[in-house]
Formats: sequence, C-alpha cells, structure tokens
Amino acid sequence: MIFGFSILFLLTAVVTVAGALAAALLKNLVHCALSLTVTFAGLALLYLELGAQFIGFAQILVYIGAVAILVVFAILLTRGAGVPEYRGYSSSWFFGLVIAAATFALLAWAVVKSLPASLVSATPAVSVQSIGTALMSSYVLPLEIVAVLLTVALIGAVIVAMPEGKASSEKGGPQ
Amino acid sequence: MSFVAKLDQIFVLLQHWIAGFFPLWLQPLVMIVLGVIAIVAAFPGIFALTTVLERKGLGRIQNRLGPNRVGPLGILQPVADGIKSLTKEDIVPLSADAIVHFLAPLVLVVAVFLGFAVLPIGRNMVLVNLDAGLLFFFAIGASTELSIFMAGWSSRNKYSLLGAMRAVAQMISYEVPLLLSSVVVVMITGSLSTVKIVEAQSGFTGFLPHWYVFTPWGFAGFALFVVAALAETNRSPFDLPEGESELVAGYFTEYSGFKFALFFLGEYLGMFSIAGFAITLFLGGWGAPFSFLEFVPSWAWFFLKLLGAIAFFIWLRGTMPRLRQDQLMNFAWKFMLPMALLNLVVAGAWRFLGEGPLGGWVRWIICSLVLLTAYVLLGRVLMRNQNLGPRSYRYAD
Repeated sequence: MIFGFSILFLLTAVVTVAGALAAALLKNLVHCALSLTVTFAGLALLYLELGAQFIGFAQILVYIGAVAILVVFAILLTRGAGVPEYRGYSSSWFFGLVIAAATFALLAWAVVKSLPASLVSATPAVSVQSIGTALMSSYVLPLEIVAVLLTVALIGAVIVAMPEGKASSEKGGPQ
Repeated sequence: MSFVAKLDQIFVLLQHWIAGFFPLWLQPLVMIVLGVIAIVAAFPGIFALTTVLERKGLGRIQNRLGPNRVGPLGILQPVADGIKSLTKEDIVPLSADAIVHFLAPLVLVVAVFLGFAVLPIGRNMVLVNLDAGLLFFFAIGASTELSIFMAGWSSRNKYSLLGAMRAVAQMISYEVPLLLSSVVVVMITGSLSTVKIVEAQSGFTGFLPHWYVFTPWGFAGFALFVVAALAETNRSPFDLPEGESELVAGYFTEYSGFKFALFFLGEYLGMFSIAGFAITLFLGGWGAPFSFLEFVPSWAWFFLKLLGAIAFFIWLRGTMPRLRQDQLMNFAWKFMLPMALLNLVVAGAWRFLGEGPLGGWVRWIICSLVLLTAYVLLGRVLMRNQNLGPRSYRYAD
C-alpha cells in the first residue's frame, strides 16, 4: 500500500496514464493508436480490479477488438501512416488546453459531487446473470433504442458505400 | 477414492501434492503457477506433435512420405525445427518499425495463451472458473487481431501490409458469426461459465450423451462455429492472409528465426484453443461419448477430441482449395450471419417449446425443418447468380 492505494492499482494507473500521454504526444499516428490501445487495456484492468468482470471483458472486446482496429484502419485508409512532415504543435493549442481543462473540471466536479457521503460501502455482488436480467427488464427500452440507432448507422454506412446507380457502374466497369 | 476416480483426478492430486511442500500462505500462488506451467508445457507439446502429424498427413494426401529422416518415422522433426529456428539469424528490415516489429509476436503468443485460462481440460481442471469465461475467451481472441496488424504494418513491406489487412478484415467478419453461433449455447445453458456449460451437457439418455451437437440448433451452431473458427485461425480454405502464391507469407513475411517460430506457435495455439472451445460448447467438453466409456479419465477424452479436431483441420487443409476474397466476404455476411441469427430464434423456440405441451419430438421436427428450409433456400438464392461452371481462361486458351 502506497498513499492508500494498492500496488496493483498504482501499476495499472501508471500504465493507463502513460498510454494516454503517449497517444497524445507521439508523432507517428499508428504509434498513437497503439498507445491508445494500451490505455483501453489499462481501463479494462481497472474494471477487473474493481470486480466488474462483465464490463472489463466487454471493454476489451469492444475497444481493443473493434474500436482500436477501426482507428487503425481509418488511419491507413485516409492518409499515410508515417511520421508527418510538419513538426510542432497546432497554432490553437491555447484554446485546446482551455477546453480540455474545462471538460476535465466539469467531469471531475460531477464525479466528486455524485460520490456517496460514506466511502466505505460494500461492493455490490454483480454477476453476469443479474446484468442480463436488468438489461432485459428495467433497461429494455434504452437497449432497444441503442439497437435501432446501431441499425440506422449500419444501413447508412451501406448506403454511403453503395455504387451510385447503374449508369456510373457501367461506365466504370472492367469492360 | 477408487482407482478410476484417482486416475481421473491425477493431475489435480499431483498439483495438491506439490503445493503441500510449500507454506500455507504460499499455496494458492503455487497452485496457480503449477496450473500455468502445465498449460504452457502441454499445449506447445501438442503443437510440436501437430507439426509432424500435419506434414505427414498432408504428405499422405499428396502421395508422398512427409518427414521421415529425424528419429524413428521422423517423430523428432520438431526438435530439429526448434533448434534450427533458435539458431537462425533474426533479421529485422532496415526500414521496419523496430519496437512494434519486436512486440507483435509477443503480443500474439501472450494473448493466445491467455485463452487457455478458462478452458476446462478435465473434471476440476480449469485454471480459473470465471463467471464470464466465454466472454473472456472472445475478448482475448479479439485482441490477437491487433498483433497481426502490428506485424503487418511494422514490417514496411507491401505483402505484409496486404496480408495483415486481409487477415484483420477476415477475422472481424467471421467474429460476428463465431460469437452469434456460440450465443445459442449460452441461451440454453443460462451461463457464460465454461465449467457450467460442460456440466449442462453431462448425463446420458440410454448410452447416448446430452451433447448440444445432437440437437437441431446445436448442430447448426456447431457447423457455423467450426467454419468461423477455421476463418478466425486463418486455416485453409480461409488462408488468404498468408496465401503463399500471392503474398509470400502474408503478415509474417519479414519475420525470421525465433520470431517466425512464435507466429507459427501462436497460430497453432489459436487453433487448439478455438477447437477446445468448440469441444467445450458443443461436444460435451471432457465428457465421455458413451455411458459405458466413462471409466476413461476426463482429460483423456478432452485431448482425444482435440486430436480428432486437429486431424479434421489437417484433412480439410489437404482437401479444400483456397477461397477468393469476394467469396470469403459474401459467405460471411450473406450466408453465415443470417443462419446464425436464425439459429438464435430457433434456439429460443426450442427452449420454450420444451416446457409447453408441444415438447418432446414436436420441437425436433419444427426446429430441424426451419433450419433445413433456411439452409436450402439461402444456398439456392446465393448460388443463382454465381454462374458456376468450368473456368474459362481469357488469354491461356
């Protein structure tokens, strides 16, 4: 125990923060994406340390298995993944800093405000089964709305990727 | 404890016996370390065996002998291969991204080894019995994709990058049917724990087991799972990411020496773990196939089934031609995904018909008919515009 934190927590916290810093500061975009993955993994470990198995594994499955791959693909498909020619920082760094600080302050305020008065509360025993029951009973409406939203996004993506009409496909065909 | 029960639990007893030599507070840690050592020793051992079996089996299929020089019947070939890969020079391309190039095989092998943690190898033989074991396996499996991308991108080689893109696209596409086809088992069992899934399949009717593969939804799920697993592990006929005739060796083109061996190891271990999960989910895990064979230890059944699965994979590799990229994607999204979704509905129907007055054999007929009709119709519709026939060559005729 150091400063009231367990060594395991400190290790994961350091890895998570280091990954996030590297993602923001590294020059090579693919390196940034990979360091962001380290942050995702660190967050998953933090969830697991808190005993939240389901959300920890879901974090790995969604963020490392899908989001990181998506980020990497987006980088590779849009522009060169090498080190960019320009150096230095954006000219609007000051405003960026202010916005980041303001967002952090807001989130921190909200988190501190929502903390219960007594910090020593027993951790609720949450099994995967109880999460499933809650999702299918009290939270079924949000779940369905999210499902509809995702379907809409999927159809939209297909429409964007679809060839535009027959005329253009005949013109650009291999014959 | 009878002799049969002792033989069944021999590895568990061995683990407790060794842990008994250590002080009490150290014992839980020692037990875990012993379990990890057993997994890290056993599965690479099977990998060594498999390389010989595969080369011999493929040789037989192609009318040749296969390796037969090192040791009796060529059985020591993996030792020679291992020494060779250890002593070869490790070449890193000059323009490669050295750190990512170094990390990629390590990330792959570590992630693949983690998957074995929730695999029940025998009765009471699972490293950690997680409440969300199945989810853990799929989460770990999804993170191997990133290591493949790392390998392909960091090599600075067009073949590597193309191979990695193909591999990642293929793995993402087939992960959806893989997950959906295993969800049916979770629906019927009511648990994500691998141990509970195996327990739910124990018991016999007459002398036949209660494996999920012997139900309509289980059979469809098993077939879908096996096809998706083949694609997930980049095995033939889904070996486009490392198609030798097109991409040299795909994403590990620029790897040599022991790093290449690590990729090889990771690929085969991935195959074992996914075959192990197919066995756990649909083939009764470590359960005996007939009630009169229950005296055989549970771990022996698991490894026999695993060897059977490996033999099946080798047989497929020697038989099937490689798919084209468009066929691969069409198959995943137009056939596998609708079938997996329909299978979910059928599994739900099976679950609720069983409790009502329509239970028993009626649900067998309904579920089988729905799945068969969908299979035939979907196949017919997809095949209609394929213009299948003898291949015509534009320039070679």
